[in-house]
Amino acid sequence: MNIIPIRSSCSIRVTLNGRPVELAVRPEALLLDVLRDRLQLKGAKRSCDMQVCGACTVLLDGAPVSACTFLAVEADGREIVTVEGLGTEERLDPLQEAFIDHAAVQCGFCTAGMLLTAKALLAEDPAPTRERVVHYLRGNLCRCTGYRKIVEAILACAHAR
Amino acid sequence: MSAPGPLRVVGRSVRRTDALEKVTGRARYLSDLELPGMAHARLLRSPYPRARLLGVEVARARAHPGVHAVLTAADLTWCEPFYGPALRDRPLLATDVVRYEGDPVVAVAAVDEATAVEALDLVEVDYEELPAVMTLEEALAPGAPLVHAGEPLAGHFSDLSTLRARPGTNICHQFDYARGRGAGGFAEAALTLEDTYTFPRVQHYSMEPHGAIAAWDAEGGLTVWASTQNPFSVRAELAKMFGLPASRIRIAVPLLGGGFGGKTYAKLEPLAAALARVAGRPVRLQASVEDAFRTVRRCSARVRVRLGFRRDGGLVAVQCDADFDVGAYADIAPRVIQKGTYTATGPYRVPNVVLHSNAVYTNTTPGGAFRGFGVPQIAWAVESMMDVAAERLGRDPVDLRRQNLLAHGEEFARGDTPVDGKLEESLSRVAEAIRWHQASAAGRAKGVAVMMKASVAPSVSEAIVRLHADGSASVLVSTVEMGQGARTVMAQIAAEVLAIPLARVTVVPPDTSITPYDQTTSSSRSTTMVGRAVQDAAADVVGQLLKIAAAHLGVPAGALAVDDAAIVGGQRRLGYPELLDLHFGMRGGELIGRGVVAPGRTQAPLGGSTPFWEVAMGGAEISLDEETGAICVEAYASVADVGRCINPQQCEAQDEGAVMQGLGHTLLEEMVYEGGVLLNANLVGYRVPRAEDVPARFDSVFVENADGAGPFGAKGVGEGGLVPVSPAVGNALARLTGIRLRELPLTPERVWRALRARRDA
Ligand code: FES
Ligand code: FES
Repeated sequence: MNIIPIRSSCSIRVTLNGRPVELAVRPEALLLDVLRDRLQLKGAKRSCDMQVCGACTVLLDGAPVSACTFLAVEADGREIVTVEGLGTEERLDPLQEAFIDHAAVQCGFCTAGMLLTAKALLAEDPAPTRERVVHYLRGNLCRCTGYRKIVEAILACAHAR
Repeated sequence: MSAPGPLRVVGRSVRRTDALEKVTGRARYLSDLELPGMAHARLLRSPYPRARLLGVEVARARAHPGVHAVLTAADLTWCEPFYGPALRDRPLLATDVVRYEGDPVVAVAAVDEATAVEALDLVEVDYEELPAVMTLEEALAPGAPLVHAGEPLAGHFSDLSTLRARPGTNICHQFDYARGRGAGGFAEAALTLEDTYTFPRVQHYSMEPHGAIAAWDAEGGLTVWASTQNPFSVRAELAKMFGLPASRIRIAVPLLGGGFGGKTYAKLEPLAAALARVAGRPVRLQASVEDAFRTVRRCSARVRVRLGFRRDGGLVAVQCDADFDVGAYADIAPRVIQKGTYTATGPYRVPNVVLHSNAVYTNTTPGGAFRGFGVPQIAWAVESMMDVAAERLGRDPVDLRRQNLLAHGEEFARGDTPVDGKLEESLSRVAEAIRWHQASAAGRAKGVAVMMKASVAPSVSEAIVRLHADGSASVLVSTVEMGQGARTVMAQIAAEVLAIPLARVTVVPPDTSITPYDQTTSSSRSTTMVGRAVQDAAADVVGQLLKIAAAHLGVPAGALAVDDAAIVGGQRRLGYPELLDLHFGMRGGELIGRGVVAPGRTQAPLGGSTPFWEVAMGGAEISLDEETGAICVEAYASVADVGRCINPQQCEAQDEGAVMQGLGHTLLEEMVYEGGVLLNANLVGYRVPRAEDVPARFDSVFVENADGAGPFGAKGVGEGGLVPVSPAVGNALARLTGIRLRELPLTPERVWRALRARRDA
């Protein structure tokens, strides 16, 4: 069966990495495609494409969402943070520093999602236990690191508070 | 040449040179690249495991607005449409038959992916279903339908020019090896054990699926940006298919989002190139994860092993007969089966050996390279049986292994590299790390397993180091950065030899038109082979600097030393920029150093002597939920003999990742087919390890005796850690429950059923 795409577009306003952005999107457009293809923010990645792996994670009003299965129109009026907005090269977010120091980055394909998920966790709970961190990462897969160094990096930031 | 004095950069856990771009989201992977005017491709894949193509109707798809190219096999008259690294058995698009569910039949390039999908919906294919062979049993049955009829062409590997198919069957290659009295050796055995173990079909799931972007230039040259571990193999393949000289083809490789062997050899590149040619514009062919499940997988296997022991526990004979299921196309599987089977004797001294394996076609996703390259399949059987033997002989499993270990410098097989590590030390370290000699808590038990793997041989790696006028350096190598940290390691080696800061070294990304030849980024070989080439190339530059300084200072080069970006002799100190200035008589010019590592063919059984032996040992402690059958790995210790860690933190990261991937196929992962169709080609149905699956206690231990053939005594790491995981866990399960499982993964259901069967018995 063919689903006839609706080619008309609607306008949305979001705060993207701290800056107001207004753009026209098609109703069926996925947030991940809008970010990557329209706005050239390539940090969020597409992997599983079904809300399992977390490579596409962005923060929506501070909460992690899978942009691969999230309609862009649903973001209207909300605040989006992508990895590009997490820190700058001159002033990295402590999580970014910790990921580097703890060798929590290998191929890097999961990294943006891991960082943003961790960011949301620490906002929710500045001093999580190891169990909490591990549990919070349920929706973020990494096929390279074996997770230990990622968990350590996140805990290092928690303890630094 | 090793640098005099203590090492400055090598041996230190310096930050990855690509870490900053990766944590800021700036890092660019294949799927992030865009070319102006680029079209997007999708493939129509066969819904049947085996069928005759009666008709492929694409006229409506061609007429669909926004479509740039529609290709079927019938359109590919202008190129050589077959490819494959061992056997050229794979058509670009299915010709008269499809051979697995997922076999590409039609390719479309359009303005965007959505339009390409729309066009594919307009294609009509008339299939006549044929009986398929889905398992080894079906494929090897007398009179089984043949996945391939006719003689496939040989690929580009000399060591496979002796491919031994068994005509009239589904066996596309057989490997045989024997020494001593072969099976006759069992006559000396006081205890002979024989059993069969199976290993499932598993998926690499590198988080970035395969992709390629191809573009033809006005002069008929071809550029492909590819997520490949072997740019030069891809180039060779495309040169043959499109009749181009190698120099007209450029394969450029961005960062890879994981590889694990799944991105070795040509995958999507040939199709992308063919589409781009017809579309007359750049074409991007980006696989989804579902596509990746239908692109390549690990070869599953059925392994029958016979072990013969003397009364005193010494191994006297080993026989191994393995059937590897290589799927619908051979890919590199013929090499996988011989490499895996070759070390079936493990790291043990065995006088009488007879090994045989078959590469068997089935109507499933092609099997290829995957971390461990055939060794995990064999080690699962052999190392499980070593524990069975220990029990039968009334011996401690660690002791029995220790008794049989090869000694440092001992021959593994005639003509091959002697053992280059102290295996006893590794075994002691794993026993210590898993606390083997302490009793486990109630409800827990431990198991160990050991392995040894050969790296690819012969192979060639070349490096160029350019020292620029300002004293900074570029390292040109074709090692692919897929997460393993190769760029960082190469930079460390160059910085060490050149005695300049790491930040002054840039490692150029692989590009076959710029960076020199390297056979493959796989087989844990890069640090050893490419690393040595970089070391030699940097030493070549240093040699030139010394000569320049010697001439200028009027002293013999032997009286000079390298120190902190300068050549020093007596009271004089000449910085590199100054030396280059002196040499060229101006601020300009550069010194170019070259390193070539090419050990060549030998009398070793596989045609070349392994550059190093990858030795890895593992110990697991598990508990079991008897209600559900779920195994929990409470503790894991992994020991790798790496010779020397160039970057200890990155070695650890590699090793941890390898163990977790091993836990995946040990406990969770299996591609499931039903009715010829792959049921779980996605991450919902195919579960990979999550953070919560990491053992609570985890030790990664390195044996460092600087006895490797690589730079500064290094050896390879990266694959080994994965191999002992399954037998170590299986052995722990047997010691905990008395139940010996021979089939992976050790799912709760399997364990629960075994517990139930035992209770009912
Ligand atoms: S790509 Fe969105 S969760 Fe995996
Ligand atoms: S670093 Fe490669 S997937 Fe996490």
